[in-house]
Amino acid sequence: MTTTTTAAEIRIRATPEERRATAVGVTLIFLAAFVFWVFGLGVESGSVSTFNLSLPGAVFADLVWAVNSQWLAYAVALILAFLGGLVLRRTHIRLTNLALAIGLGLLALAFLTWAASGKTFSLVGMLKSTVVLSVPVILGGLSGLMCERVAVINIAIEGQLLTAAFVGTIVGSVSSIWVGLFAAMATGAVLGGVLAVLTIKFRIDQIIAGVVINIFALGLTSFLARRVLGEVQDLNSPGRFSSFKIPVLGDIPVIGPMFFDHNMFVYVTFILVIFVHFALFYTRWGLRSRSVGEHPRAADTMGINVFRTRYRNVILGGVIAGFGGAFLTLAQVSRFEENLTAGIGFIGLAAMIFGRWMPIGVLGAGLVFGFARALQQKLGILGTPIPSEFLSMTPYIVTIIVVAGVVGRARPPAADGQPYIKD
Amino acid sequence: MELELRGIRKEFPGVVANDDVSLRVRSGETVALLGENGAGKTTLMNILYGLYTATAGTVLIDGEEVVFHSPSDAIKAGIGMVHQHFMLVPVFTVAENAVLGDEPTERLGWLDKRRARKAVRDISERYGLNVDPDAITEDLPVGIQQRVEIIKVLMREADFVVFDEPTSVLTPTEVDGFFEIVNTLKAGGKGIVFISHKLGEALEIADRIVIMRRGRTVAEVLPSEVTEEQLAELMVGRPVDLVVDKGRAQPKETILAVNSLSVLDDRNRRVVDGVSFEIRSGEIVGIAGVQGNGQTELVESLTGLRPSITGTVFLNGEDITTKSPRAIHKLAVAHVPEDRQRSGLVLPFTVTENIVLDSYYEDPISKGIQMDWSAARERAERLVEEYDVRTPGTEVLVSTLSGGNQQKVIVAREFDRDVRLVIASQPTRGIDVGSIEYIHSRIVEERDQGAAVLIVSSELDEIRALSDRILVMYGGRISGEFPGTASPTEIGLAMLGSTSEAEAS
Ligand SMILES: Nc1ncnc2c1ncn2[C@@H]1O[C@H](COP(=O)(O)OP(=O)(O)OP(=O)(O)O)[C@@H](O)[C@H]1O
Ligand SMILES: [Mg+2]
Repeated sequence: MTTTTTAAEIRIRATPEERRATAVGVTLIFLAAFVFWVFGLGVESGSVSTFNLSLPGAVFADLVWAVNSQWLAYAVALILAFLGGLVLRRTHIRLTNLALAIGLGLLALAFLTWAASGKTFSLVGMLKSTVVLSVPVILGGLSGLMCERVAVINIAIEGQLLTAAFVGTIVGSVSSIWVGLFAAMATGAVLGGVLAVLTIKFRIDQIIAGVVINIFALGLTSFLARRVLGEVQDLNSPGRFSSFKIPVLGDIPVIGPMFFDHNMFVYVTFILVIFVHFALFYTRWGLRSRSVGEHPRAADTMGINVFRTRYRNVILGGVIAGFGGAFLTLAQVSRFEENLTAGIGFIGLAAMIFGRWMPIGVLGAGLVFGFARALQQKLGILGTPIPSEFLSMTPYIVTIIVVAGVVGRARPPAADGQPYIKD
Repeated sequence: MELELRGIRKEFPGVVANDDVSLRVRSGETVALLGENGAGKTTLMNILYGLYTATAGTVLIDGEEVVFHSPSDAIKAGIGMVHQHFMLVPVFTVAENAVLGDEPTERLGWLDKRRARKAVRDISERYGLNVDPDAITEDLPVGIQQRVEIIKVLMREADFVVFDEPTSVLTPTEVDGFFEIVNTLKAGGKGIVFISHKLGEALEIADRIVIMRRGRTVAEVLPSEVTEEQLAELMVGRPVDLVVDKGRAQPKETILAVNSLSVLDDRNRRVVDGVSFEIRSGEIVGIAGVQGNGQTELVESLTGLRPSITGTVFLNGEDITTKSPRAIHKLAVAHVPEDRQRSGLVLPFTVTENIVLDSYYEDPISKGIQMDWSAARERAERLVEEYDVRTPGTEVLVSTLSGGNQQKVIVAREFDRDVRLVIASQPTRGIDVGSIEYIHSRIVEERDQGAAVLIVSSELDEIRALSDRILVMYGGRISGEFPGTASPTEIGLAMLGSTSEAEAS
């Protein structure tokens, strides 16, 4: 070789992961300082935050966690600073995300302690609502995921939820809630079918097709709600699926009320997440679906029917959204109102993206959304110095922070949104 | 068994890709299909495979007419195909790609991944293909992806197998291995169609050679009756000079200086490990090596597409180690990437749009914030003419061009500037002999005008024909340096890792 290398010329540059670790470390240390000053020094010394860990009437009733608000904040600040230092050393790059997730969890705890200082707060009540509020978001996200995994963008989730909730209400009112549930799922399937025909057969722009379905669903259900449900109240009282506690598991403190004391929808949702996860990554159906979403032409050359696969999955996605719509009016509340969904379908879509098109990710993102909404509701009751407008922003702010920080770069299916054209 | 295509015609908007073409293949024979870029070879095979529907004509198996509505019909009828452009799902593992469409499953459609992996491993061992079934496909260099495609078709055990340019990214040793596979298949009673632009390969492997030009079959010859020169003339319709015509290199000042460069691949393995070399103005340096020895990552790093972890890269004395691709490009660097469809072109764009992809923001293609489309079109038309890109027009989508013509679009775009450094990976991949002659002469011309040229190719013939100096890469390091006149055996040894370093003068 003609060139020689001196030791000084060999420098090791930081990889993107390492740079990110630096950013995360600095953030954690900044948060530590914030917690120390605002949540620690910001409360009267000696004040106590009391958290209820059980609901009235539980087997292990009256579990209470009382903690010195200031000390907790100091402890959290210390741990955050420690985590930040660890991350900055960059010796275990792979644990960066874990450290960040733990840090954000602790931050939430410190915040709650601050908000509840000198008061009593039902922690378990909030965690329970977290789970309930996450259900429609998770179902919406799963519906979107079923479609986008085969490269069809479904932004009609909102309309599917809404219409299914509407039909479920009426059918549930004249018949039984089970028939109502079935009708809601069938409605989702029909709307999924419409989206499929528009986008797969007629190759209408997928976003536009979805928007049209949403507008149509909102207009139609609002009109009918006013004209029909407003006139005949009997059509708007379907009754609801009652919750049932799972024996033994339901009595575990905190975990029990959170996960094992709900109605059927909640259990099915969690099972569905696991089911879709395994179906997608461990079955023939999943492999073929993913190939259609990533490289439809390759799938075609391997003898897979691209169109049929897309139809099937988009309709299945509709069924899941229909199930979510039924949850809204046959379980959560038992009546239909105009624009009852108020954007949950879109949040579901966001949960799908933030969940990186993975069922487990959708679950996590859904829970974060649910947590933020529950937090907003409970903090409103608690009364904090934070203006209420700001509180209603929490779900979205929390999501953005968590997603940008923890999730990092996400990659959609490669053919997402593109129609498949033969010849 | 006998497969016959009879009177096939296929029209696309503005082109007749096939015009009354007939072709016959019997079990136990290999038919080579030759023809210039855009002659209609791939179209014909896609019709056979059920991907396209013919405008007219029929497909017959053993004299009986068959109609394929989709590839699955063709697969059922015993036809297998290795496509010119990879039909691999990038995020899947090799095993997942190999079994897709015909998956081994347990109850309820549960994938038997172990069986899939074993099937891939068995085939790789049996045919000496050496592919890791668990590797993620997109992390693999194109040469290995090509092997995955071959494994895919071998797993299906078809009666008739079409290979559409399978050798364009294989090294000579790999080509020999591939021919062994073809001969095994032939001996096993399969009928084979083999498409290639390397005439020598056709002469070596085929029992019959069919030549297409502009959508028609123009000749059918036996390999024993023709020479390469005659074949080239039959294809292109004029005599072709198959030897690169170049004078002695006159190296001057150093243009590119690479010092102790190390680069990680997508899985954080150090695949380029302390590489140092220099290229001077007025010389062509070739990097030879079996695919997967770090060439891909080296080129990506030099062009700014992949960060390096150690070392420096200087261009004309300026440190470009951490510069962005655009900044490097602006320093008069031309780059022909190895995978034309993934990093060379925007497939859903027109030819014009692809031609101005690197200069749309500059005068004269844009005036302020506005594009001057007529200037863009003008440039595109000139280049289409100059590089003989066969297309119905500059406003068609580049994805509808034949593979070789897509490649020409990239080469035309990259060479149509004043360049100081040319970095070209597999620059003539899939290009017909007539156009190779032109592109090679352009590369030599760039050199003579004072550019430094780096050619990376798995094709030793091309490297030897063009290079003034040859570096061999093995295991992420430069394992040997040779003068352009070195013998293939010497270089071949270094490519396999023998580090007997020959010093270049
Ligand atoms: N999908 C398509 N839409 C429109 N035109 C097409 C399409 N596919 C091919 N063509 C046109 O048909 C002609 C034949 O293309 P084909 O791909 O069959 O050539 P080829 O012989 O395989 O060439 P190469 O050696 O470059 O691969 C070309 O002119 C091309 O532009
Ligand atoms: Mg072709």
